[in-house]
Amino acid sequence: MAPATGDAARLPGRLATRRGSRVEALLGDRRPPAALLAAGVVVGLAALLPAAYLLVLVVGDAAAALDAALSSRTAGVLARTLALTAAVTAGAIAIALPLGWLTVRTDLPARRLWATLCTLPLVIPSYVGAYLLIAALGPSGMLQDALGVERLPSIYGFAGAWLALTLFTYPLVLIPVRATLRRIDPQLEDAARAMGRRPAATFASVVVPQLWPALAAGGLLVALYVLSDFGAVSIMRFDSFTREIYTTYRSSFDRTGAAGLGAVLVVLMLALLWVSSRIRGARAVHRLGPGTIKPATPYALGRWRWPAIGLCGAVVTISLVLPVGVLVYWANKGISSGSVSVATVAALGGNSLIVAAAAAAIGAVCALVVAILAGRFPSPVSRALERFSHAGYALPGIVVALALVFFATRAVPVLYQTLAMLVFALTVHYLPLATGPIGASLAQVSPRVEEAARVLGRTPLEVFRTITVPLVRGGVLAGSALIFLHAVKELPATLLLAPIGFETLATDIWNQTQFGFYEASAIPALVLLAIAAPPLYLLSERGTVSA
Amino acid sequence: MLALCIAASALLAACGFDSSGSDSGPDEPEMEGITLYSGRIAAAVGGAVDAHEAEVDRDVRVRFGDTADLAATLVEEGDASPADAFFAGEPGAMPAVAEAGLLTKLPDDILELVPPRYRDPEGRWIGVTGRVRTLAYSSDLDRSELPRSPLELTDPEWEGRVGWGPPTASLHEYVTALRLRYGDDVARDWLEGMVANGAVDYPNNVAIRDAIANGEIDAGLINHYYVAQAVAAEGDDYPVELYYPPEGLGSLVLSTDVGVLEASDRKQEAFDFVRSLLSPSSQEFFTVSSKEYPLARDAEPDPSLDVPLEQIPAPGGALFDVAELQATIEMMQEAGAL
Repeated sequence: MAPATGDAARLPGRLATRRGSRVEALLGDRRPPAALLAAGVVVGLAALLPAAYLLVLVVGDAAAALDAALSSRTAGVLARTLALTAAVTAGAIAIALPLGWLTVRTDLPARRLWATLCTLPLVIPSYVGAYLLIAALGPSGMLQDALGVERLPSIYGFAGAWLALTLFTYPLVLIPVRATLRRIDPQLEDAARAMGRRPAATFASVVVPQLWPALAAGGLLVALYVLSDFGAVSIMRFDSFTREIYTTYRSSFDRTGAAGLGAVLVVLMLALLWVSSRIRGARAVHRLGPGTIKPATPYALGRWRWPAIGLCGAVVTISLVLPVGVLVYWANKGISSGSVSVATVAALGGNSLIVAAAAAAIGAVCALVVAILAGRFPSPVSRALERFSHAGYALPGIVVALALVFFATRAVPVLYQTLAMLVFALTVHYLPLATGPIGASLAQVSPRVEEAARVLGRTPLEVFRTITVPLVRGGVLAGSALIFLHAVKELPATLLLAPIGFETLATDIWNQTQFGFYEASAIPALVLLAIAAPPLYLLSERGTVSA
Repeated sequence: MLALCIAASALLAACGFDSSGSDSGPDEPEMEGITLYSGRIAAAVGGAVDAHEAEVDRDVRVRFGDTADLAATLVEEGDASPADAFFAGEPGAMPAVAEAGLLTKLPDDILELVPPRYRDPEGRWIGVTGRVRTLAYSSDLDRSELPRSPLELTDPEWEGRVGWGPPTASLHEYVTALRLRYGDDVARDWLEGMVANGAVDYPNNVAIRDAIANGEIDAGLINHYYVAQAVAAEGDDYPVELYYPPEGLGSLVLSTDVGVLEASDRKQEAFDFVRSLLSPSSQEFFTVSSKEYPLARDAEPDPSLDVPLEQIPAPGGALFDVAELQATIEMMQEAGAL
């Protein structure tokens, strides 16, 4: 919560005087280095491809696209989608906030284990998760059998879509909340307590304001996920905007109409980004220097320990144990019926792992470029770059995939349907997942630290290598882990853009469930969880902790 | 950025990573053959593809995906498409691809293999197998309780007991057939009646079948082979049965179709592949593995299917029209069904 001005005065007086002119020369130049700018242009162009594709189609037949986008039906679907988006975001925050606090700042028993378990639901693809919820909670589901009741209230529609999306996206808020809670200097709280504030008031007046940026960043990802999700809403029979886009593609074969609807999603995304950045911009402040953060003394839960464990247990049970339980049950049936080959599943796992890892690594580098440009060299152009780079995440996977089909066959036919193209597509699709955490960690590093190094004679590249990168390493790790977790379960782009015959765990699950072979799909789904567990551990334990 | 992706992929390739995938069997022919976009999964077409590979000693490269997604991909690819042939699992996709001018006319000897009602009037695609759009019901029900026609499912006695799949292509085709046979008013009344009667929405046919099996609903509009396959897998006591209502467009044949792309530089090979799909051995593969009706003349359906294909109505040419399909979607949306 330090003031952003006046810290130059803290430099030893003689140094400040002697180097004054040079400081000005160095710091007065707010233009990004040419190499960074060039990289930014490349990443920006790539990230804009999905939006550009929509533009090409919309301009191609503006009347038809407008007709689809502005029909009276669209308004109703839009209202429903916004209601779902708001409800899921609120639900995710309501789950993530207490879980984050409990697993970082209290003496909750086995809190590291809880943290990892609470993050794991992120790996369950929404189409698998929604199906599993129905198998568990739906009519004639396992819970109904277990309770022996005639019929449970229907899970379908808004309630089911809300439940599935909330349960499988709240980790997107939990991760940044935990990371921020660890970085908040507890001395502020100690000061508030010392001045007589009660714990609850301290939390509300000292901790929550510092959590706003994390809530805004995580909430944004949840909201964008809800906008673009197809799997959960289609299985839960909720008519959302993305389901409408799929219907337009798949039933009417109307790509212009679909593009018109996609353009509405892009506008929605920009609105959400504006809200999110207002929240962050109004409240985000960085600490003065990287200095050592005093380790927080865990808050003693006392008699609240058991309710706290109960809360964590309930969330983990319904969002993880239940779906995984169904998977294990099916897997068991699948193995005993001999329909699963271990060697095949291992090969599929290898493919998923490699593609997701490559997308995660390249995505993190690209996101770093975007985040540095937007965070250190603010200008209308860099802000636009940062905002539009989110288009890949706000649009349904099929739109992103078709955009790349469109451009790749025209611009780089040699690379079409190669591994490189698939990795590129996944990077474009999930880039914003990394710009958020990297931007956040960058915001916590005062530019004054970098400037001080420049003043002391380091070249910009040296500053970047020795100061910036180590300080944002946590954010980079978190960002690439998030990309990995999404890329490993991605389906539409993988089906259309992978080399022929290149199968992943996700395509295999899709393949098996087409004809209802759920037993056979359970093993790849479990392997997917196993592959995702290490990066999740990284996220929950080490992620975004600045060195 | 793309360069980074290429570099990364090259590195992976250098590390001995085989990008050609995991499932290339040991006896895959080395000579490269045609590329097929398949809207049908490997389990449904694999046997026929393998047989063709063995016969011509060339590899058939298959991209699997959702039929409509692949159709959209073909349209975006245009002339640059790597595909030589397209095998669609749903009937609406072929007209969309054909209207974009992407399909070539098939030779007459191929068209002759199948009765005219199962192929494009202009000869750009041809049916390979038939699926029957019909009614499935729970074994708990007595057969005498079932309606004479799906049009009767709007009666109060069926309130909340029937499942259907508004997003599925097969329902769209059925509604289109209703419109063409009885007119828009009848079709609209039926749709509104179904919605008012609390017809339960499902995302796909498997979900409808499973919902009948676990007692969620009593009956559902479905494609016959989902039930026939489950009966074959689970045994005769599987709690879902098929019923072909005798009146009022009780059931309808929908074909899976194949076509050859105009931009293909391997058209002759692709034609050979189409011939192979309609050969007696491949037709038998589809019959046995998928329980679908073979469409080639003289081919015999699986003995478990007790209603001959000739007794089931097949759609006329207009059903293949994308504009008709779009009119159906619009009507379903207006009726609150979609």
